[in-house]
Amino acid sequence: MTIVSNWSNYPKVNSKLYGITSKAELSQKLKLNGDYIVRGNGRCYGDASLNDSILSCLPMNKFLSFDTETGIIEVQSGVLLDDILKVTVPKHWFLPVTPGTKFITIGGAVASDVHGKNHHLEGSISNHIISLEIMLADGSTVSCSRTNNKDLFWATCGGMGLTGIILSVKFMLKPIKSAFIAQKSYKAQSLDEILELFERTSGSTYSVAWIDCLKGGKHFGRSLLFTGEHYDPESGKVKLKEPFKTHSDPIINIPFNFPGIALNKYTIKLFNMVYYNKLMGSSKESIDHYDPFFYPLDAILNWNRMYGKRGFTQYQFVLPISEKKGLEKILRRIQSEGMGSFLAVLKVFGEQNDLISFPMKGYTLALDFAIHPKLFSFLNELDEMVLSYGGRIYMTKDSRMNKDFFWKSYSRLEEFVEIIKKYNPEAKINSLLSKRLEII
Amino acid sequence: MKVLILGANSDVAEALASLLAQKKHELFLAGRSEEKLSALKNDLEIRFECKAHNLHFDALDFDSHEQFYNSLPEKPDWVICAFGLLFEQDQAEDNLKLAMQSYKVNFLGAVSIIDIIAKDFATRKSGVIVGISSVAGDRGRGSNYAYGSAKAGFSAYLSGLRNKLNTYGVHVLTVKPGFIKTKMTDHLKLPKLLTATPEQVARKIEKAIRRKCNVIYVKWFWRYIMIVIKLIPEPIFKKLSL
Repeated sequence: MTIVSNWSNYPKVNSKLYGITSKAELSQKLKLNGDYIVRGNGRCYGDASLNDSILSCLPMNKFLSFDTETGIIEVQSGVLLDDILKVTVPKHWFLPVTPGTKFITIGGAVASDVHGKNHHLEGSISNHIISLEIMLADGSTVSCSRTNNKDLFWATCGGMGLTGIILSVKFMLKPIKSAFIAQKSYKAQSLDEILELFERTSGSTYSVAWIDCLKGGKHFGRSLLFTGEHYDPESGKVKLKEPFKTHSDPIINIPFNFPGIALNKYTIKLFNMVYYNKLMGSSKESIDHYDPFFYPLDAILNWNRMYGKRGFTQYQFVLPISEKKGLEKILRRIQSEGMGSFLAVLKVFGEQNDLISFPMKGYTLALDFAIHPKLFSFLNELDEMVLSYGGRIYMTKDSRMNKDFFWKSYSRLEEFVEIIKKYNPEAKINSLLSKRLEII
Repeated sequence: MKVLILGANSDVAEALASLLAQKKHELFLAGRSEEKLSALKNDLEIRFECKAHNLHFDALDFDSHEQFYNSLPEKPDWVICAFGLLFEQDQAEDNLKLAMQSYKVNFLGAVSIIDIIAKDFATRKSGVIVGISSVAGDRGRGSNYAYGSAKAGFSAYLSGLRNKLNTYGVHVLTVKPGFIKTKMTDHLKLPKLLTATPEQVARKIEKAIRRKCNVIYVKWFWRYIMIVIKLIPEPIFKKLSL
């Protein structure tokens, strides 16, 4: 037995951890008694990949095929995005969708149906998947896609690993002209201004904003917007020495848990002030490598330890695009409570209407909060607000929402559960999350 | 170089295969699981654009070893013997078959195939033989002597072989890793100073081949820990729970 927790260090559970190295071994394992959940690199925030028994897919980390002409790649589920970039970037291909860290497995990316800064134009990762190979609870292997076993495909994309164990993923990469991003940063003095900026830049491939949620008064909602395009050195002015350079390993490590007090309202206010004012004018342009553009926090290994040993939680919700007022009200509530978050990310999603995936056309805000006694009642209050505006919470980040709220907020859950029952009839594959939310 | 890796799907072997592939050696990956070998082969070819081949090899099938080596398309310059069977001592006590299995895999199987290869290397007057043994073989301990005594035998075999092949220009390297952190246990708390990652073990082995080392401990202090453990007089040692 070992103590396992995911990225937020909350919750921590005692589990038996087994590594999966092959289909043959995995199907043997599934024939034994007990129930399991599969786990990748442990970068989801909550309890989605926790259970009494955990199957780690990290040893299944092999590239199966990569066609450098067409950009079609197939990898085992335990391959990290980090590894994919190292292999594909020198061949002029990039990930079609990437979240804010490259230290996740492709299996986890599919199970969470991750989104990135290009969601408004290019959708979530499921949009780029050609097919999946899955081992079901009975030990059999099936493949699925948009045309073949499509119910299984849609329930697996964003399905939190509950349909079966994802063995491999075949997907389409994106061609690039260099490993660099032409970035623009804009300063917005208020919430209205930032939302307007999002609209004005909706043609940019990548866009995301950092928002200062502790600022009240006339600068309430002040933000920085970052947009980006893959840089083409042939048409651009800047010459690149190594146009297809890949990233290097993290250099800074946080070696121990910070004391709980390190991140408080005052340190966060100070950080926000410095960060906001670092951008001198109202906008700035630069050519940056993909690594700092997409993965600024990956440069600091174990940054989660800044939240102390009690851990933290990330609260990420989405509201329909019509609920601008709702977004403002929620932000005001957070500001008045003085619940600052070091990381506060605002993004406008594009259309998506999948079975169980998190994104929908609208506004998404992600905030990190250190775990403390008053936090959960406050978040329950936010849940009520999110629900009243027709929004929902990202399961991948969650460790605390209650099941009533969950069932009211995801509209196609019953269909999802039916499909799980078809492929995982005895609920042999389940997780602390699926039990907490009473999915199966 | 052409490198034959026996037991190519162990964590250390995979890490070593990646490192050698990066350095553009040609790899012959041998093991029991066709599924895992072909995944590894594809992976190495895609990541490092190297040449790799798959071969079926079963350490326990002693009679097949001669045939296995003779039928190799090309003879290797280096051979890495990385297979092994690790288990808990109490499992072995409940199950004599498992203890016997340990001797067969960790000692007899290794000796059987290496002997065949050593003969060939001796005639060719060149070659490198790397045996992955264990610190557990340095002194038998109550907690893992079914594994430890097999590895002790293997270490003694490698030492004898080194002595014999010295005049033939064949280099024999004994590797004694201590705790190894696997991919899956990355986040667990093993005694950090004493634990090596498979990648560290691989780098150490590659360097030791270049420097023609005889016996290496992967983390240097293991050598001194084992010296101390070996120095404890038996009347005291038998009373310790190690």
